[in-house]
Amino acid sequence: MQASASTQHVRRHPAARSRRRAAVILLVPFFAMFVGFFVAPIGYAVYQSLFRVHLSETLGIGGGQTTVFAGLQNYTRSFADARFVASVGRIVLFAVVEVPVMIFFAVILGLLLDSASARWPGFFRSAFFAPYGVPGVIASLMWGFLYLPSLSPVVDILGWFGLHPDFLGSGLTLWSIANIVTWSFAGYNVLVVTAQLKSISPDLIESATIDGAGQWKIARYVKLPLARPAIILATVFTIIGSLQLFAEPLVLQLIDNHVSPTYTPNLSAYNEAFQYNDYNYAAAQSVIVAVLAMILSFAFLKFTQRNGSDA
Amino acid sequence: MTETRERTLPTPGEVKPTQPTRRPARRRVTRGSSIGSQVGTISALFIATLYFVTPIYWLLVSATKGTGTLFNSFGLWFKDPQLGQNLRDTFNYSGHIFLRWLANSLIYAVGGAIGATLIAAAAGYALAKYTFRGREALFSCVLAGVMLPSTALALPLYLMASKVGMLDTYWAVLLPNFVSPFGVYLMRVYAASAVPDEILAAARIDGAGEIRIFFSVALRLMTPAVVTVSLFQFVAIWNNYFLPLVMLTHESLFPSSLGLVLWDSQADRAPGLYVLTVTGTAVSVVILIAAILSLQRFWRSGLTLGALK
Repeated sequence: MQASASTQHVRRHPAARSRRRAAVILLVPFFAMFVGFFVAPIGYAVYQSLFRVHLSETLGIGGGQTTVFAGLQNYTRSFADARFVASVGRIVLFAVVEVPVMIFFAVILGLLLDSASARWPGFFRSAFFAPYGVPGVIASLMWGFLYLPSLSPVVDILGWFGLHPDFLGSGLTLWSIANIVTWSFAGYNVLVVTAQLKSISPDLIESATIDGAGQWKIARYVKLPLARPAIILATVFTIIGSLQLFAEPLVLQLIDNHVSPTYTPNLSAYNEAFQYNDYNYAAAQSVIVAVLAMILSFAFLKFTQRNGSDA
Repeated sequence: MTETRERTLPTPGEVKPTQPTRRPARRRVTRGSSIGSQVGTISALFIATLYFVTPIYWLLVSATKGTGTLFNSFGLWFKDPQLGQNLRDTFNYSGHIFLRWLANSLIYAVGGAIGATLIAAAAGYALAKYTFRGREALFSCVLAGVMLPSTALALPLYLMASKVGMLDTYWAVLLPNFVSPFGVYLMRVYAASAVPDEILAAARIDGAGEIRIFFSVALRLMTPAVVTVSLFQFVAIWNNYFLPLVMLTHESLFPSSLGLVLWDSQADRAPGLYVLTVTGTAVSVVILIAAILSLQRFWRSGLTLGALK
């Protein structure tokens, strides 16, 4: 009904029709590709995850593979697989520590850069931001060299003080990876926070100063609440990024035998697919990672919305 | 959220985007900041700088060392520098393959950034400036796409690419990178405030077609968002590892990151490759940091687009 009403409407206004046509022309490239490269792959992964390859033992070379419907078997298998469950646990632990550390670090540096006491903010901002230009794998290669006792000046310097940390030991590996991630992305988050702080009206800071608020109070009660949208944005991207952890452990496993092929869910899915050719099982693991990331991001957004309405 | 923004469109008199008021001068009010707090703040910033810059400095120093000194000298100082030799070795190795990798990185990142930005600008503008049924539903799909981890897409994309015979081609890496939901989100938010309806109406009265209005009027008004999205996408593609890793097997199609990890993984058997990996890493890092820092002012103007709602 509504459709015929709107076509009548269009017939009366040729301008409206040309606008409608323009909207379609402008929207189609994105949404066609969105369907092709976002919706379809996710749909395909879900579909693939519902099947498994059945090997018939009677045949040797040249066949014996049939794909059969498996229902949720790949998912129950994932959750029964102690190594995969451990990788999910590891990545959640990683996110629980890394997200607050990253955001705290970025907010502190952002507030320091924006404070009245800071000098040369442009220089410091550039220095913090530079690592963002280093791709994750390159950063991991670099830090990998810095963690290797045979190469590392850091290990040398700590040795002068009688410290001999094993950055690639089983207890420290995850936090050595967290350090690489923090190093790479903190400067970007600092930039997001300072960009928002810059949009605060100077009059507001001025009047707070006249009211006798010190720098600490201004930062805590004026700047921090106003930087909230930027902090939320940075947090969501850090959550999503943390759960996707892949390149860093992939590179570190070349030099650190504590990084197993199932160290993170993404690494596990990659190895299931390309080492064992079990695409169906890998698809189920990919879907689990995607769902987990979306649940945690939405939960965080809901949490901030509820808290925001209270304030 | 965007609804309220559209209602507060600027009046014809002030067509400039509603940017927050700029501070008149760069220098801050220093009143109320004691010497003690200045020293404390600057020391803290300086220590943070050491953390961020030292690894890059170490890399640049190491790129000047040969195999012997790389492992047997203090990492933060020079020893028998031979940078020219290392650069020659790196670029000449295996038929100039490293040069090829750098060129591939540029093709993927520049091509993907241009494609993604144009496509996102068109969609974001249409979502901001045309009202039609299902508009908010489409926008919700875009937001869901922002939340979707890109690595979850790499495996199914690999399977689909192998079905259509696209594996091991430039397109296998380029095409998926043309889609940037976050770009569409930024473009819509920006177009809603930076492209006044009055200007569109005036262009229509002048007889300009809708598509022409987009390319010659709207796109120009959206320049800051266009620059921001293309830079975001450029760095995201340059840094992306998973997608090229699953899509490509021929070394001649590799981007530099993939190639350097390949060298690193072979260095166990051929120790000379450590020097090439370190030198190649330094070259790739210098190129990207130079590009990023020289464009930094564009980043800053565009970064709050997503957060200011």
